[in-house]
Amino acid sequence: MRYEADVTIELKSGMLDPEGTTIKRALEHLGYSPESVKTSKKYTITLESENIHDARENVEQMCEKLIANPIIHNYTITLREL
Amino acid sequence: MTVAIIQFGGSNCDQDVLHVLQDVVGLDARLVWYKEDNLSGFEGVVIPGGFSYGDYLRAGAIAARTPIMESVKELAAEGKPVLGICNGFQVLTESGLLAGALTTNMYPKFRCQPTCLRVESTGTPFTSRFKKGEVVRIPIAHKEGNFYATEDTLAQLEHHDLVVFRYADSEGHVTDEVNPNGSQENIAGIVSTSRNVLGMMPHPERASEDILGSKDGLKIFESMADHITGSA
Repeated sequence: MRYEADVTIELKSGMLDPEGTTIKRALEHLGYSPESVKTSKKYTITLESENIHDARENVEQMCEKLIANPIIHNYTITLREL
Repeated sequence: MTVAIIQFGGSNCDQDVLHVLQDVVGLDARLVWYKEDNLSGFEGVVIPGGFSYGDYLRAGAIAARTPIMESVKELAAEGKPVLGICNGFQVLTESGLLAGALTTNMYPKFRCQPTCLRVESTGTPFTSRFKKGEVVRIPIAHKEGNFYATEDTLAQLEHHDLVVFRYADSEGHVTDEVNPNGSQENIAGIVSTSRNVLGMMPHPERASEDILGSKDGLKIFESMADHITGSA
């Protein structure tokens, strides 16, 4: 089966997010009042797997080994069958 | 007695390090392309600065997972000195050879400027020529140099005397005002618990000759040479 995984990488809570802070300031400059702005990165991965369970396990390993840095990141995976 | 200088696609301080090691220090050194995965015969490694893999994903993340890094880990496990400068430091944290992570500067822009560093530890193969507490001038050039580690890790670094350089003023005071990137506790460089792997954001190769305005960085390479040739 073919699957598509959306992997979202976020900074762990409590970590500084300088990019988010800068964007928040710029929004305030434009007259908006956001409570907070946080940045994240999304990767879309297409893969072949026996089933959705295997696909998830595979993508989790990819996150652990490369895509996320466990010291600073949390990640979430959303999978769908293609 | 040859030092390997690892070249990844996007490394750009490799030639500067080669020049300092060969022409200034007088140590044999060779550039090693990352696809050569055997470092046997080398007595030390420098991972130079630059933008390996265009800083894609995270600075140093992809270089840290190339096969040559397995050879660097083996060499480090043998106790041989491994020095990572700037992007090299990022590669070392990403590879797990050093603790913590280097994140985006607190004021998120590329900062290229001279910095003063206080030497915190002289008990490493890279700092034997310094005096503890000495202030040295070595420039930085990075956007992702904001050192982050968990509280536990920070305590371990402190407890085992693994912090080697901190950003300071010219008098050696460690203050927020002179912290160029938001690094926790002004950390600019750390060593591994085995003490033979050093990562630092400042560029000692850019402060190794009088014409560059500072020779303070040279002592790092000279200390490394002392260690390798057994003269220290």
